[in-house]
Amino acid sequence: MQFEARPSVSILRAGLAPIAAVAATLALCSVLIMWTGTPVLNAYYLLFKGAFGSTFAINETLTRSIPLIFTGLAVAVAFRSKFYNIGGEGQFYAGALAATYFGTGLVHLPPLLMVPFLMICGAVAGGALLIVPVLLKTRLKVDEVVTTLLLNFIVILFVSYLIEGPWRDPMAMGWPQAASIIDEGVLPPLLAKGRLHMGLFFALAASVLVWAMMKFTVLGYEIKAVGFNAGAAEFSGIRVNRIVIYTALISGGLAGLAGVSEVAGLKGYLTRDLSPGFGYTGIAVAMLAQLHPIGVIPAALFLSAVYVGADAMSRAVNIPTYIADVLVGVSVLAILVSVMLTRYKIRWR
Amino acid sequence: MPVLSLDGITKRFGSLIANDSISLSLAKGEVLALLGENGAGKTTLMNILFGHYVADEGVVEVDGKPLIKGSTEASIAAGIGMVHQHFTLAGNLTVLDNVILGTESLWSWKQDLSKARKKLADMSAQFGLEVNPDAMVGELSVGERQRVEILKALYRDARILILDEPTAVLTPQETTSLFETLKQLTGNGLAVIFISHKLHEILAVSDRVAVLRRGAIVGEVETAKADRNLLAEMMVGEEVSRPKLTAHKTGAPVLEISKVNAAGEDGVQLLRDVSLSVSAHEIVGIAGVAGNGQRALADILSGLARPVSGTVRLLGEPLPFGNPSQIVHRGAGRIPEDRHAHGVVGEMTLWENLVSEDLRQPAVSKWGVVIDKTHAVKRAEEAIEHYDIRCEGPFQQTKLLSGGNMQKLILARALAREPSFILANQPVRGLDEGAIAFVQTQLLEARKRGAGIILISEDLDELLSLSDRIAVFFHGNLSETFPSGSKTVPEIGLMMAGQSSEPAGERANAV
Repeated sequence: MQFEARPSVSILRAGLAPIAAVAATLALCSVLIMWTGTPVLNAYYLLFKGAFGSTFAINETLTRSIPLIFTGLAVAVAFRSKFYNIGGEGQFYAGALAATYFGTGLVHLPPLLMVPFLMICGAVAGGALLIVPVLLKTRLKVDEVVTTLLLNFIVILFVSYLIEGPWRDPMAMGWPQAASIIDEGVLPPLLAKGRLHMGLFFALAASVLVWAMMKFTVLGYEIKAVGFNAGAAEFSGIRVNRIVIYTALISGGLAGLAGVSEVAGLKGYLTRDLSPGFGYTGIAVAMLAQLHPIGVIPAALFLSAVYVGADAMSRAVNIPTYIADVLVGVSVLAILVSVMLTRYKIRWR
Repeated sequence: MPVLSLDGITKRFGSLIANDSISLSLAKGEVLALLGENGAGKTTLMNILFGHYVADEGVVEVDGKPLIKGSTEASIAAGIGMVHQHFTLAGNLTVLDNVILGTESLWSWKQDLSKARKKLADMSAQFGLEVNPDAMVGELSVGERQRVEILKALYRDARILILDEPTAVLTPQETTSLFETLKQLTGNGLAVIFISHKLHEILAVSDRVAVLRRGAIVGEVETAKADRNLLAEMMVGEEVSRPKLTAHKTGAPVLEISKVNAAGEDGVQLLRDVSLSVSAHEIVGIAGVAGNGQRALADILSGLARPVSGTVRLLGEPLPFGNPSQIVHRGAGRIPEDRHAHGVVGEMTLWENLVSEDLRQPAVSKWGVVIDKTHAVKRAEEAIEHYDIRCEGPFQQTKLLSGGNMQKLILARALAREPSFILANQPVRGLDEGAIAFVQTQLLEARKRGAGIILISEDLDELLSLSDRIAVFFHGNLSETFPSGSKTVPEIGLMMAGQSSEPAGERANAV
């Protein structure tokens, strides 16, 4: 078996890659579903119905996609410059921590200012968390995959410490959770019923802004140039290390926004299970989107539909919800393979 | 019967036909030169022969028996040996280890080195390829390493030896010695395929020449009946002439390098008290075998590295070390040694690459933030027109350009600001004749306009025909410059090998 590079990649083929990947994922996972004894088509029908079958379901799917859009964007930006930020989970909690610190009574502003203020705080905290890993990378060539990944556990343990100890809400009947965000800081709900909140607008706006930055600005140009060919970028006068640092700050900031949006939009207070791994799923989102900032939106919707739908499916038939994690994992592998197949063709002999 | 015959070999990569129905035959004891420009399909053809690629059509026969396709093992077993342009040796193993590497069974418990050692010694003696079997390959000179590569092929009982651009890394003296070796080998019945685009070497070493152009054989001649002009015309398809230097009065110095020392990351000294001055209207050529300090000097001048000590002045002002952007905007134009690694971002478009040095200039971006794409694209269209860059337009991906057109793009970017000083590092390496003539003409135009140019090259012919003065690098020392007509090629070759250029006799008399 040999791989031969295709002379050029057509737009059609590049666009088909994620669709083919999703199809392959569903096909591969149907083996597991058959194993449980449930008819495959029925299971996928239930999954689809669970994600899109009612106003409530659509509402939930959209709500779940908000943090995924943010963490997906965080990864999409970072990976563009080949800064492999695996620490979305930690930056998510850093954002949530900042929102909790400033949003539970320390600062009082009118709602129109309070919400943006908390967003900025969360973004700054998420970015700040990446300062040490990125400086270790640019100064000492320390692998950022290791440092950002390990930092996740440190931040999560720190969150545990705070909500079990100094930040524990005395009104929470002993549950380990922090005080609630004050009313002025809460992201208002979009609909009378359901949990969908303003965060969706912020997430969509962030996608468009990141897309515009990558496409139209000098910084976006520099991020891409550094990612594709750092040697040529440096030769033409781009300060490579500086750009990597900027990228890291933007990426961390976006992941931090996810934390703010969850704590101030969905839950209202900080807990240890605020994120069921949104930071990590963000990597899958970005890969599915092929690092395209607008592509992040459908990718996040797909993965959130898988999670929400899998919940509903497991309630209806005898399939554990873990099938969602399998679907997400397989979809990442499938997109990697199908993207490779857009660039190379296989030659058997 | 020919030892090797190729019949109708065709290989396509997508829409590109790399080899178009190529038929060749090779007789025992013969040196067949395969001549062609870069991208003509020479290396593809040899990779098919050696089993790296599978031909879409056609048959390869060795001694009349068809060769199994796509298997390197089968090719080696059939007696085909290949010496790649970039050596495939393990530097931390001895010569003997390198030679036997891959020939032993994985399942045997111990090595029988004495037999291998004897075979190697016999071969060395028979073919006049002297090497010390216990020397570490990493400590050998490039010429010696090439000998090890040849021995490696012979050890596997090669009867057909393919040499891919074997002289690219050799000094003139080493090249001569390689040619002697080839005579010995063919005298012993070996058949050799010699791939090159250097005409004088092909005339010196081969019996027969097959010329490839755009993937097809365009002619085959007996070397005895060929001459330089005939071969060049066959290769390019039209008459070509490289530009020549015309005398010009030099102006004020544009670049003054004084006692520059530089060291690598591992602390090894790369430049030792290098001094050089370049004036307006002047091309200073820098010769030397690769790895003797050229890269270190080029890195400092282009802003990628800082010296340990010493000064460099550009138009009288200190050169802003380590800052490519400032160096460019103070009047330097730079052509990097490696187009792909430093010249262009292949995944980005032509217009993006053409503005990469001016990103924050008002001409390219508004307030240094938003790229003025309309303007940048217009600029790119002008550059494409003016430098005759063959492409689909400014929105094409840069990596799809041929080497020559990529170099024209880099030239367009470097010369756009009419720099007073130009660093041209291997500006024509790997280009075809047409592109070489274009690049050289542009450099001469810049000199006429008043630029001072440093031209780094491993091709002495190029240096001699383009430079006003030449200096030679050896082990980080840069010699005094000399007018380019004042020394012969062998004399410069000796300097490249670290020996003084004065004839030995005179030196002996002086002592």
